[in-house]
Amino acid sequence: MKYFSVIWSSLKRKKTRSILTILSILVAFILYGYLSAIRLGFDAGVEVSGVDRLVMQHKVSLIQFLPESYEARIEQVQGVDSAVHGTWFGGIYQKPMNFFSQFPVKVEEYLDMYPEYVISDEHKKAWLETRNGAIAGRTIAERFGWKVGDRIPIQATIWTRKDGNPTWEFNLVGIYDGVDKSTDTTQFFFRYDYFQEARSFGSGNVGWYWIRVDNPDNAAEIAKEVDQLFANSPAETKTQPEAAFMQGFAKQIGDIGFIMTAILGAVFFTILLVAGNSMAQAVRERIQEIAVLKALGFTHTAVLAMVLAESLLLACLGGFAGLAIAWTMITTMGDPTNGSLPVFFLPVKDVVIGVLLAVLTGLAAGILPAIRAQKLQIADGLRR
Amino acid sequence: MVAAMNWLAQVIAVTSFGIRTLPERRGAAAAAAFGIAGVVAVMVSVLSIAHGVNQTMDKSVSSRNAMVLRSGSDTEMTSGFSNDTAKIVAEAPGIARNEFGPLASPELFVVIDLIKSSSNSDANVPLRGIAQAAYEVRENFQIVEGRKFEWGRNEVIVGSAASREFSGLDVGKSILVGSEPWNIVGVFSTGGGVAEGEIWTDASVLQPAFRRGNFYQSVIVRLNSEDSFTEFKDSLTADPRVNVKVIRESEYYAGQTAILTAVITGLGSLIAVIMGLGAVFGALNTMYATVSARTREIATLRALGFKTSPVLISILMESLLLALIGGTLGGALAYFAFDGFEAATLNWSSFSQIAFSFRVSGSLLIQGIAFAALIGILGGLFPAIRAARLPVATALREL
Amino acid sequence: MADANGNLVEVTGVDKVFHRGSEDIHVLGGLCLKIPEGEFLALMGPSGSGKSTLLNLLAGLDRPTEGSVTISGERIDQLSERRLAGWRARHVGLVFQFYNLMPTLNAARNVELPLLLTHLSRTERKKHVEVALSVVGLNHRHGHYPRQLSGGEQQRVGIARAIVTDPTLLLCDEPTGDLDRKSSDEILDLLQALNQDQGKTIIMVTHDNDAAKRASRIVHMNKGKLTTDAAA
Ligand SMILES: Nc1ncnc2c1ncn2[C@@H]1O[C@H](COP(=O)(O)OP(=O)(O)OP(=O)(O)O)[C@@H](O)[C@H]1O
Ligand SMILES: [Mg+2]
Repeated sequence: MKYFSVIWSSLKRKKTRSILTILSILVAFILYGYLSAIRLGFDAGVEVSGVDRLVMQHKVSLIQFLPESYEARIEQVQGVDSAVHGTWFGGIYQKPMNFFSQFPVKVEEYLDMYPEYVISDEHKKAWLETRNGAIAGRTIAERFGWKVGDRIPIQATIWTRKDGNPTWEFNLVGIYDGVDKSTDTTQFFFRYDYFQEARSFGSGNVGWYWIRVDNPDNAAEIAKEVDQLFANSPAETKTQPEAAFMQGFAKQIGDIGFIMTAILGAVFFTILLVAGNSMAQAVRERIQEIAVLKALGFTHTAVLAMVLAESLLLACLGGFAGLAIAWTMITTMGDPTNGSLPVFFLPVKDVVIGVLLAVLTGLAAGILPAIRAQKLQIADGLRR
Repeated sequence: MVAAMNWLAQVIAVTSFGIRTLPERRGAAAAAAFGIAGVVAVMVSVLSIAHGVNQTMDKSVSSRNAMVLRSGSDTEMTSGFSNDTAKIVAEAPGIARNEFGPLASPELFVVIDLIKSSSNSDANVPLRGIAQAAYEVRENFQIVEGRKFEWGRNEVIVGSAASREFSGLDVGKSILVGSEPWNIVGVFSTGGGVAEGEIWTDASVLQPAFRRGNFYQSVIVRLNSEDSFTEFKDSLTADPRVNVKVIRESEYYAGQTAILTAVITGLGSLIAVIMGLGAVFGALNTMYATVSARTREIATLRALGFKTSPVLISILMESLLLALIGGTLGGALAYFAFDGFEAATLNWSSFSQIAFSFRVSGSLLIQGIAFAALIGILGGLFPAIRAARLPVATALREL
Repeated sequence: MADANGNLVEVTGVDKVFHRGSEDIHVLGGLCLKIPEGEFLALMGPSGSGKSTLLNLLAGLDRPTEGSVTISGERIDQLSERRLAGWRARHVGLVFQFYNLMPTLNAARNVELPLLLTHLSRTERKKHVEVALSVVGLNHRHGHYPRQLSGGEQQRVGIARAIVTDPTLLLCDEPTGDLDRKSSDEILDLLQALNQDQGKTIIMVTHDNDAAKRASRIVHMNKGKLTTDAAA
């Protein structure tokens, strides 16, 4: 570390240049942080899905209904712990842009199926006691400024009411949190019995089933078995692990991962040019000093290492600061799409990759100038 | 006048000095230009997605068409009404007619799971049940391969984009709807638009297959003229027998992709702004280096009596030139890589895939190059000010 | 340190040829030179005669095309690049015409540079730097950067950097070439003192007769050969 001050002092030689280079690297890493969080947002479902949960849908497509009566039959299958149904409500809160998902569910069974949704006993009790009660995730509640006790009117798009009223009015009795930040807290749940009673059509029909198995190792077999159960019935089914189901969704949108990687590729290519050019200039203008260092007894390798270290320092200063800023912005400012993403945070894994990326950027930007410094012949350098 | 000419001559002289020495600084100059090219390429590519989606929507639209949905629903997917309603709609005033009757097509809109070729995974492909008038209502409809399906049979025709984006949609093959195979007998085009990403069949065959009873989800009508819309709408709104929503086709499709394009445009702009900031730093770096490389020359010119502003402008011009080269390069890159690039994505509003092509339009390219110019000006401004403020005496002694 | 004959430096039959494109430039030809320990030698000659080239060979900055360079009994022309660098750090101090200080480091840090290559601790390094700076009389300027110092002061810092590792051999290439009379005299006083009081062997290239007179021996070079060799 005794060389640190020498390396640090070279960064101060052209302060403007060093600062600008650091800033452009910093910006790249802010972008990296954001894109990582966005990518996670798109396929969050995949990462957080339970290994012991299956999703069963109609074989033709998810929009086809399944009978409510399947539940009991699924639960009789050996190895199935429990089954609970869900239905897409698809209502509109105030305006279509305020998109979020709403599902009618059976309170206790559903909360049992999804232990990652954390709700206080008090709220749960209130929900059980309120027929038109509903609970909302923390994120969505904060987005619309909802408080427990609020009346939430939701306009029906699919599910018209028997009484002809175009809006369903729910009583917000609770707000749930996630066990950790990877839990989707943008959803809205209300009671199935209320839904069943008030809807004008489709009585007894539900959208899909979540099935929990005793042993995840048998998941594939059980999926096959339940599908067999309903084969050749009017509503044949397709059952798959929850992760595969969620993945299918993410893939329907497109290859988000590929798009993000392509953008980041362009960003880092650009940054390498900027940082690499900056290092090349830094070496070019101190050829003589490098020759002097060598004359004083610094080895070629030591000089190579010093230039690399300088580049590394630039990249890490910019990179780490960028990651820190990205992290702060992501946690404090939240989702740039304004709530379209179910989760939005920067996972530790991507921070670690970011740190490695910063180191790589430093090495890549510094390597050519460093080799130039290493190859420099002392006599030539001094003659200038 | 003479003064102005003289001033202009100074600007040209100083700028050309700078540009002539550009090759000596090619490393730095290339870094700045490529940096800006990267920004513009990414920005234009991302925005070309939203552009492509919008254009697909525009092509789906005829100004003479209106759509009827159940009131309260804003997509066909969530709409639904009985055959009686459909009949009342067809008899409403303002609808164009031919020898078979009113040009009103009651339709069914469902999705089926098919494999998407690009990702090899399930995708919700729209399957539309149509009535006879459907062909009349879509003015550009045309069979490009095979034939139309026969009414009353389990036959389908597929849109050209659908046949490309999803696997197994070729004439002669069949798709499984439930347990029954339905034969693909033709491929159609509608001159672009959303419909090309759909599969069409006879609505009355689709109804039982999807257990929809005698229900429809929309009626698409061709009006006598654009102006008949109000007459048509008012009569249905006033009719107590039906509870429907009447909108122009253009309005409907604009609403369909509002969220999708807002998300893409929002993310695209965010990315472009952040990247642009990075590129400004890169350009500043290059231009500061230029100014310090030209310190002596600039000081000499100033000592010879050149004014401050030509020096300032020449630095700005050089930066602008680099930015424009970069911007053009980036735009061209995006154009050649992505213009017409075919893709499909899930449209949340209709819960189904829409097929579209990326569209790098002229206006998008201009937008990209304008953004590059902005980066160039910002990147040149402070170095230009530094050059203009350079104290001549000290600068001459430097180096 | 010196060999049996008391010579610290022994140059025998040295040729140096530079290749510039297809052309060969013979700069030194069959040059022989012996320098006993404790000598203060002035090397004179017209521009282009090969003085700097010779000095570079003695400093281990370059290798002869032919012949041998022995210093303290070690054939430095045969050392590997890596060992040569280590050898330089330990055995020679270099003083340049244009001082060649690091503009981004202050005087003390510049002097400390060669010590970074040793195993000395931070406090030991600090002590050595202090001693070297006080030898050149610049202790009070240790925090100043090169651009804040005059040419003569910068050269004194350069000399402090050269002696801080306590080398036996000091090589100075026109150390006063860029200085006025007064500053030159101060530098020469300093070199003379280092030679007489501390027994440093000094080889100094110079174009200045007054400077050469301070040496104990003057050697003249022309076209890559020694011409006259005399005690001052
Ligand atoms: N690396 C090199 N490549 C080619 N020619 C060289 C090289 N180094 C030195 N020379 C040539 O060798 C000759 C001697 O150079 P050198 O620097 O030793 O002269 P000098 O005696 O120190 O002159 P001065 O008094 O001007 O410093 C010159 O003609 C020079 O051009
Ligand atoms: Mg010389």
